Amino acid sequence: MIREALLVLSDGTTFEGEAAGFWDPEAGGPATGEVVFNTTLTGYQEVLTDPSYAGQIICFTYPHIGNYGITGHDSESARAFCRGLIARDLPPRPSSWRSERSVHEFLQDQRLPALTGVDTRRLTRHIREAGSMPAAFGPLDRFDETALKEAAQAEPGTEGQDLASQVTTNQPYTVGDGPLQVVAYDFGIKRTILRHLGHLATVEVVPASTPAADVLARRPDGVFLSNGPGDPSAVGYGIESIKQLLGQVPVFGICLGHQMMAAALGGRTYKMPFGHHGGNHPVRRIATGAVEITSQNHNYAVAAGSLEDTEITHINLNDGVIEGISRPDLRAFSVQYHPEAGPGPHDASYLFSEFERIMGA
Amino acid sequence: MPRRDDLDSILVIGSGPIVIGQAVEFDYSGTQACRVLKQEGYRVILANSNPATIMTDPEFAHRTYVEPLTPDVLEAIVERERPDAVLPTLGGQTALNLAMALHERGTFERLGVEMIGANSEAIATAENRDRFKQAMTEIGLAVPESGFAYNLEEALEVGESIGYPLIIRPSYILGGAGTGIAFDRDDLERIAATGLAASPVSEILVERSIAGWKEYELEVMRDRADNCVIVCSIENFDPMGVHTGDSITVAPAQTLSDHEYQRMRDNAFKCIRRIGVETGGSNIQFAVDPRTGEQVVIEMNPRVSRSSALASKATGFPIAKIAARLAVGYTLDEITNDITGETPASFEPTIDYVVTKIPRWAFEKFPGIPDVLGTRMQSVGESMAIGRTFPESLQKGLRSLERGRAGLNCDPAEAMWDEWSDSELVRRAAIATPDRPFQLEAALRRGISVERLHEATGVDPWFLDQLQLVVDERRRLADLGGPDRLGRADWRRTKRLGFSDAQLAYLWNVPEADIRAARLTHGVRATFKTVDTCAAEFEARTPYHYSTYEDDDEVGPGRRPKIIILGSGPNRIGQGVEFDYCCVQASFALHDAGFETVMINCNPETVSTDYDTSDRLYFEPVTLEDVSNVLDVESATGDVAGIIVTLGGQTPLKLSGLLPPDLVLGTPPDAIDLAEDRERWSSLCRRLGIPQPPGGTAVTVEQALEIVDRVGYPALVRPSYVLGGRAMEIVYGEEDLRRAMEELSGFGSLGREGGLSAERPVLVDRFLEDATEVDVDAVRDATGEVVIGAVMEHVEEAGVHSGDSACVIPPPTLSAETVATIESHVRAIADALGVIGPLNVQFAVKAGESGDEVFVIEANPRASRTVPFVSKATGVPMAKVAARVLAGATLASLREEGLLRDPVGGGHVSVKEAVLPFTRFPDADTLLGPEMRSTGEVMGIDSSFGLAFAKSQAAAGDELPGAGTVFFSLADRDKPSGVTAARRFVQLGFSLAATSGTAAFFEAAGVPVETVVSKVGEDHPGGVDAVTLLRDGKVNLVVNTPRGRGPRADGAYIRRAANQHRVACVTTVAAARAAAAGIAERAANQLTVRTLQEYHEAEQLPLA
Repeated sequence: MIREALLVLSDGTTFEGEAAGFWDPEAGGPATGEVVFNTTLTGYQEVLTDPSYAGQIICFTYPHIGNYGITGHDSESARAFCRGLIARDLPPRPSSWRSERSVHEFLQDQRLPALTGVDTRRLTRHIREAGSMPAAFGPLDRFDETALKEAAQAEPGTEGQDLASQVTTNQPYTVGDGPLQVVAYDFGIKRTILRHLGHLATVEVVPASTPAADVLARRPDGVFLSNGPGDPSAVGYGIESIKQLLGQVPVFGICLGHQMMAAALGGRTYKMPFGHHGGNHPVRRIATGAVEITSQNHNYAVAAGSLEDTEITHINLNDGVIEGISRPDLRAFSVQYHPEAGPGPHDASYLFSEFERIMGA
Repeated sequence: MPRRDDLDSILVIGSGPIVIGQAVEFDYSGTQACRVLKQEGYRVILANSNPATIMTDPEFAHRTYVEPLTPDVLEAIVERERPDAVLPTLGGQTALNLAMALHERGTFERLGVEMIGANSEAIATAENRDRFKQAMTEIGLAVPESGFAYNLEEALEVGESIGYPLIIRPSYILGGAGTGIAFDRDDLERIAATGLAASPVSEILVERSIAGWKEYELEVMRDRADNCVIVCSIENFDPMGVHTGDSITVAPAQTLSDHEYQRMRDNAFKCIRRIGVETGGSNIQFAVDPRTGEQVVIEMNPRVSRSSALASKATGFPIAKIAARLAVGYTLDEITNDITGETPASFEPTIDYVVTKIPRWAFEKFPGIPDVLGTRMQSVGESMAIGRTFPESLQKGLRSLERGRAGLNCDPAEAMWDEWSDSELVRRAAIATPDRPFQLEAALRRGISVERLHEATGVDPWFLDQLQLVVDERRRLADLGGPDRLGRADWRRTKRLGFSDAQLAYLWNVPEADIRAARLTHGVRATFKTVDTCAAEFEARTPYHYSTYEDDDEVGPGRRPKIIILGSGPNRIGQGVEFDYCCVQASFALHDAGFETVMINCNPETVSTDYDTSDRLYFEPVTLEDVSNVLDVESATGDVAGIIVTLGGQTPLKLSGLLPPDLVLGTPPDAIDLAEDRERWSSLCRRLGIPQPPGGTAVTVEQALEIVDRVGYPALVRPSYVLGGRAMEIVYGEEDLRRAMEELSGFGSLGREGGLSAERPVLVDRFLEDATEVDVDAVRDATGEVVIGAVMEHVEEAGVHSGDSACVIPPPTLSAETVATIESHVRAIADALGVIGPLNVQFAVKAGESGDEVFVIEANPRASRTVPFVSKATGVPMAKVAARVLAGATLASLREEGLLRDPVGGGHVSVKEAVLPFTRFPDADTLLGPEMRSTGEVMGIDSSFGLAFAKSQAAAGDELPGAGTVFFSLADRDKPSGVTAARRFVQLGFSLAATSGTAAFFEAAGVPVETVVSKVGEDHPGGVDAVTLLRDGKVNLVVNTPRGRGPRADGAYIRRAANQHRVACVTTVAAARAAAAGIAERAANQLTVRTLQEYHEAEQLPLA
């Protein structure tokens, strides 16, 4: 049965679609959040379960989402932190030897609302021109356009929001069995990162608010700063901890961890118009000139020229955004993109070896 | 690493004639390469024997050699030009093999020519099955295990160690004899025994069978800094077991998780690095076990391939162009992505639509050949369609094929399987044939489950579920009952699943126009999206569009008057690259003349569907509905000056009467109809006093018999409104005629396409035996001036389809007077029809007692397949001239402009020869007839007819022998003329073999016959049989003319044996005479090669 639904952006633009996924039969408001588009062709499950999407509604540009189903192995966290899914089409049934359930079942399990049948290309082009913005969607038998518009405009967006504190672990836990000792700050860490680190080290994952002193007391070989959602400048306590750790212990940061490390080094971060979300962005590794195809997911970036004494190691070839920085003197480096992939290409997995190298040095 | 300045000149090798497996995609890649290298400032030398291609137009290279692609000729070109480098990776397997041949001869090393793109070591590793397997194993990639066995014991040993199922392939056999799949030890014993017996060397390959696995392809690019990217992933609808060229394929891959896809990507990079393709594109095929996800590598093409063309069109990433730049030193990050104009080419395209490619076959041309698909490619063309979802792209792709289908069934042809039981339908669908998708839909519509169909066919359930959506929607539509019952949401939903208006018209039995009107009242119209390589992340600068049913349009406003050019759709026998050539030339000429050109086509192999050929490209089916949609959006965004329907063959011509008449440029639709309508055409000829062979039109057998009573046998029988001589036949008696009529009206493929009617009658004409056939291409402008491009004389006499016949410019045997008569008839016909634009007229010239008699066979007011050949032979850009005339220019003004020039001639002879696909169909009769069966053509140019003919034969792959034995087997009526040819061969030092009757005739005429050959089934004392003689390599040329009709006629065995053993075979005495002339002149002259640019010099140089 088709249930007509509407997406309304905070600027008033509307998109027709059909309600799918989970809707509370009795109560509950529309789905709200900041709409971002992701251009990856595969890896919808990893994207939906990536904690970095907390507070956001994900619009996939590829029309068929759910083709190969859902499998426990591919989840990047215990649950979906995003606020909703928008796709052109959710196929009725998955087909894959790996699949354990359908994307429809997954949405129900995760209580995640979805919108299908949308002209996602029009939505993508609109965001490209007008920037990511808050939005709300819901079935028309429950909400009208005005209500949805009000809900969209009431949505705070991500700027100045400390979303990491909402997704981080409450309690430290340990994963991996590698020979080294790593403490990983969980600002919204992905399991694929932990799998990589776990090959190198025994990894203790600690809450975002863990003070530097507590970390140093564990005498780790290295500290990892994870990815995570939202505005780095809103996670002041984390940046403070990083300041204290730099120089004391080798540090490797990814995505939000990279932005926070840059901030700790005196850099400035800013919000991009619509960010980078996909698996095909070319990044130049300046040291060798080689081009890596990278997995990306960020709305904030490190401002060029805001860092002194810090080497820019990687640069985005599409738009020149800083993709990696290094302070060899402090045995610290970080990248904006996702060398762990999950989803995406494996071109930059050498960065984990690099971390291993500086921890051993 | 920028452009290499140490290179100055580069030789690009083309792929030669269009053949099955190597088609027009290499014109696309070669044309792109030539353009890019020229832009980069290199001196470009091109070698390609195919005159129908765009790349061989003199403007694309500095030096264009339309010469045979043989090692000797290429060596002569290299000697003459001394290029710094050769680029062999853009001309298919032909170019790769030729480059390897010259490398092995030491030519490149001797003359200091560097191979760029891929080196010989990389090519050898990728191409040699054993070396490839070894290399893959070295880097840890799985390949299907296999081993050779020479006896039963070894076969069992190898087989048991690999595990079942196994595929057993005997070595050195043709046509797959002795091949089979073994599921257990008993099977293996049985099949291995048969296989060992079938193999002449008692050798069988025992390989793990992966039939039924899922098949994928990745298009990889690598630059010399070792940056690698995947341009596109492709998933086959048909599982392993069907050649990928014969599979429906879908981009991007649909059922791979990221986990699996990234592993495949990693493996692809490992593979390209290990093989050592330094720069450019490669295609790597994988098979995946659907039960376990196990991946194996099947093969790798170290060059631009058919799939590269598809991937380029599917993503907007121009692989050939970028491969050419990489070959001359650039790295991916130094090249800008044309589409965004800002971002670099070092990225991986991502798309927000689904692309489906569907092959098109020509089984109807080869009676007796089953339409079963397998590991040997048999398709002759393909369509591609873009939709936002798989069902939409599939249905668009199916209607693009022009097989009379409106989509995935829901049209009259769907009744085909009504009589079959459910189990019969499933059984048939389990065998891969061109009908499989339709059978699957029919089965689902009967309620047969996705699971059962998956089990039977191996097609992934995901695809079947998508077909089920189409089935469900159809049921809903049927329940609604009519167009008036649909609301906006219903229309949108239906159109988004790809249903055409024609399908709905069939479903509800209402006119198609009513469907469109009802839909438009709800505001549901096609919207046009853009192919931009990046799923809208960046703004696209390139107007490359496809239709879908969404919220908004991305078509930008036009600035200049627009001309819409309708392309020729998928390639097929009878309508090939020649028409793409005409459309592309038109686009260039009209752009230069200040128009904005808009191309509509659905063939991914072509230059016309390159995004930078026209000002705007619509990748759409060439059907009334889809063309009307483009017309609507183009009219809404600017001024449409007109639509060109006469350059793309029969496809657009069929639409001429259905489009707004004031927009159809050139010859009015009524005149087009006049030329097709037998009665009107005959009365026109009578009025003009131009003789026609006597005949008439018939819908029934009785009517046909009546006509023949009047005109006599032999008679030529052909349907109206077809191209390429579909189902055309010469009948010699009543039995033949009855059978031919039955085939046309009944169960033949034409019957399936609608059968006969008063609107589509059969034409029955007296067949003129021993007449010379003549083709003329001309253009007439609105002032009435007619320019004649060329008068072409066919080598084979009338009765052989003009597309299958060799033809010659200038005509070698026609008198000046006859040529003048022909030209005057052409002018009269052009005037009478009111032609504006291109015109092709065919004549038959019969030598009579009082001189030549000229009969007109037919006239077509459209560009013909000989237009590119004429342009290359004479230097007159016929297609450009025609396009400008269509857009209103006069010939006088074009002459003034310098576009129209006088034909060059006098100094050279040009021969066009057809290339036939018989090696693909070893069981087919190679006899030429009125039904066209060639897939491509080559051109030989030289200073005399003999030399040019010899070159054309070499280019077609049938190098004329220099010595040895010529085997004659002639029909009685051919014996007198055959003696002359036989005598000539004896003078040239050949010995003769002949069947008894022919031998007796020759001996009586004083021509010695060394070997008398017994006919098949005839025990001639002391004679050997022809098939044995051919198999033993004792014959170097076969001359066999038909004695009777039908595949069981004696000559069929001889021709088939010649085909199987690759011995040149001619089936007319005329061709034998030409062959003798060629052999004689070739022996007396040194091989010379010259460029088109030299031939086209207005003042021709004397030929050295």
